[in-house]
Amino acid sequence: MSGAAVRAVLARRALQAAGVAVLVSVLCFLVVRRLPGDAAYRIAAGRYGYDLVDAEAAEAVSTELGLDRPAWQQLGSWLLDLVQLDLGRSLVTSRPVLEEVGYYLLGTLQLAAVALVLAVVLGAAAGVLAARRPGGLVDRVTTTYVASVRAVPPFLLGLLLVLVLSAQLGLLPAVGHGDARSIVLPALTLGLGLSGLVARVTRDAVVEVQRSEHVQFARTKGLPERWVLLRHVVRNAAVVLVPYLGVQAVVLVEGVVVVESLFSWQGLGHALVHAVFWRDVPVLQATALVLALLVVAVNTLVDLAVLWLDPRPRRSEVLT
Amino acid sequence: MLRSSRPLLAASAAAALLTLAACGGSGAGSSAPADTLRIAGPFEVHSLDPTADGEVFTRLQVSETLVTADLQGELVPGLATSWSTSEDGRTWRFELVEGATFHDGTPLDAEAAVGALERVAAVEASPLSGAPIRALRAEGSTVVVELDEPHPVLPALLTHYSAAVLAPASYDESGQVAEVIGTGPYRVADVELPASVETERFAGYRGEAPEVERVTFQAVGRAEQRALLASSGQADVVFGLEPAGQQRVESSDVADLASSLQPRTIRLKVDAEHPVLGDVRVRRALSLALDREAMAEAVLREGDLAATQLLPPSLEAWQADVEPLVHDQQAAAALLDEAGWVTGPDGTRVRDGEPLSLTLLTYPDRAELPALATAIQAALAEVGVDLEVEVTNSSEVPAGQADGSLEMALIAKHFALVSDPLVDVATVFDPAGSDWGVMGWSDPAVTAAVDDLLAGATGAAAQQARETVARTAQQELPLIPVAWYRMNAAVNDRVEGFTMDPLETTWRLTDLRWGA
Repeated sequence: MSGAAVRAVLARRALQAAGVAVLVSVLCFLVVRRLPGDAAYRIAAGRYGYDLVDAEAAEAVSTELGLDRPAWQQLGSWLLDLVQLDLGRSLVTSRPVLEEVGYYLLGTLQLAAVALVLAVVLGAAAGVLAARRPGGLVDRVTTTYVASVRAVPPFLLGLLLVLVLSAQLGLLPAVGHGDARSIVLPALTLGLGLSGLVARVTRDAVVEVQRSEHVQFARTKGLPERWVLLRHVVRNAAVVLVPYLGVQAVVLVEGVVVVESLFSWQGLGHALVHAVFWRDVPVLQATALVLALLVVAVNTLVDLAVLWLDPRPRRSEVLT
Repeated sequence: MLRSSRPLLAASAAAALLTLAACGGSGAGSSAPADTLRIAGPFEVHSLDPTADGEVFTRLQVSETLVTADLQGELVPGLATSWSTSEDGRTWRFELVEGATFHDGTPLDAEAAVGALERVAAVEASPLSGAPIRALRAEGSTVVVELDEPHPVLPALLTHYSAAVLAPASYDESGQVAEVIGTGPYRVADVELPASVETERFAGYRGEAPEVERVTFQAVGRAEQRALLASSGQADVVFGLEPAGQQRVESSDVADLASSLQPRTIRLKVDAEHPVLGDVRVRRALSLALDREAMAEAVLREGDLAATQLLPPSLEAWQADVEPLVHDQQAAAALLDEAGWVTGPDGTRVRDGEPLSLTLLTYPDRAELPALATAIQAALAEVGVDLEVEVTNSSEVPAGQADGSLEMALIAKHFALVSDPLVDVATVFDPAGSDWGVMGWSDPAVTAAVDDLLAGATGAAAQQARETVARTAQQELPLIPVAWYRMNAAVNDRVEGFTMDPLETTWRLTDLRWGA
């Protein structure tokens, strides 16, 4: 891949990131304002617990945070702080937003990464095996597997895994965060669900690539089957699979809410739900911002990976 | 050739890692470190500040209050060994215990206690901020509280977790609590907000050292998971089980259920100035339409929790000799007829062309509330009342009251947030209305009775006053009682000596022993 192509990708994505940041911030702000209910009461409930929320507490919160200022002033000060990379403090916990969101982001990235690795290992292996003989036994078993892991919702799958691996066999802790073993069950829940799709996409991509002329040629020239698979089939199938995984990674990061809450895993989904519930606007804006930027970052990585993987010559090189 | 093997390498490395992770886990899920007590509960810890989420730290016996309460709700010494009030009731003196040190080694003195309490009193949401405090000062080893007017419930206010005394070093330069440095038998070893707190025995504690050396608290949001933790022995004490989870624990052989009636009543808060609900006959009809026993049996799995009056039986002094609330659909229908609401063509009652439609707010923080709300909806439909149920954030209740949009709310509110129920009763029956109490309702006899009690009435006069409150509430129904509340926990068999504190002042970890 050429330096110019990489620079073009990076420049395009950086521009996109800046636009997304402003758009997401403003949208978040507007959406929160449109939500029913009084923000000061919500924030007070988040801070003090609902046994202690009353009109005075809400009033005090409103005065302290300047919630009675006009909307444009509140939005303006957020955007101004954003430019200076100051995300402010949480309205509920009073802790710096950066610290809080960073903590949750780390949790989600860990979970998503392990889940993705699991999904790729299980899914791609099953897909490649199934593609060796389309319509064969392995292919049919894989199809059943794909259908069943897709049919079970993550919530149920998670509970089933807990019941079997934790409650019955006592192999893994059912909930928790921090201890290395506690990531296995939530990651497995997400990974298993995703592996079905990965298997399906891999299988179809591999089947298609195998039928292509260049693979036929590689076989004809006498390359051992193993090298045909690795050098020609897997690499070309990866060009299809990687962008697909990119999309899945984004879905994974945003879709972990259920799994995070089931396993008490501290992640962004968790933070987002709480921020909406308590009208913690700075945390909500920062969380949404981080999620949006994550989408841009993942897309950038996918672009670069495809650039590196795709064996077909780049357009500029063809022309020159 | 090298390049093409990279994906394979990565894949095999990942597979190896995962295998490692899985092997590392073998057999460790249910075996626990012998000296660590593992507690799980639904409540997350959002803040270290006692006025915000302090209850976890007082329950874990990290921080302590000047006065505390025993299992019966009677005031007992905490950091103060004794307290007294001046003749005119405007000056209170709290004598601090000798030899108490904070977890950072500094001694607990009156200055530190005054400093901590001044911060608490400045927070609107804390019960202490409601006291008419003029000044707090330190006099030797005594904390002196000067009031603008007598306030006999002051010691009870000091039992609340928000009034926990933290060391001066707990606060950062902006006045935020950066670290919980208390005086209790346990000190904080590690906190990971919002889900986990770890504590260890504090060697410098003034009293007897507890047997349990280390304690972990883990917030677990989902009730199913909590039940699994309890029944698989992955936690020693698990709070907040739903009925299905309770059955799971009961049928398991590793844990037992402990429970206690809480001074909390699930009740309907109604707008007594509402064009429909302002009519006491309608309120009585709504009450008569409720089959409380069936609802308690179906939702709370315990028919005995059906409320027969507002103040729960655990508050013995407040039990009045009143006609218990009953279920009588025909009487309900008759009362509605009398109030002018006649059955319309679709079964819903109408008056002057207006249907009898009401909106009920409730919140999901307590899992049984939405279920009870739908049961209430069904019961009222049978007498021709159309009820719309809205499940929302709990803060919508006070917010709706403030802007006048609230018609009815199903709430579960404590009567002994501080150890003396009088503080909450006075708030609930505040003639100006209260966020978690009456709305648009007052009664001169009740107001006078509460004022007498607040002014320090004792003996027969106090009993008389309490009866007046309970009796009037039963007749007028500004709040319609639905059910009482039982709090439960699953306790692992390896733990002995667990008692459930109905006021949840502490979890009494110092009483726990390891079983054989």
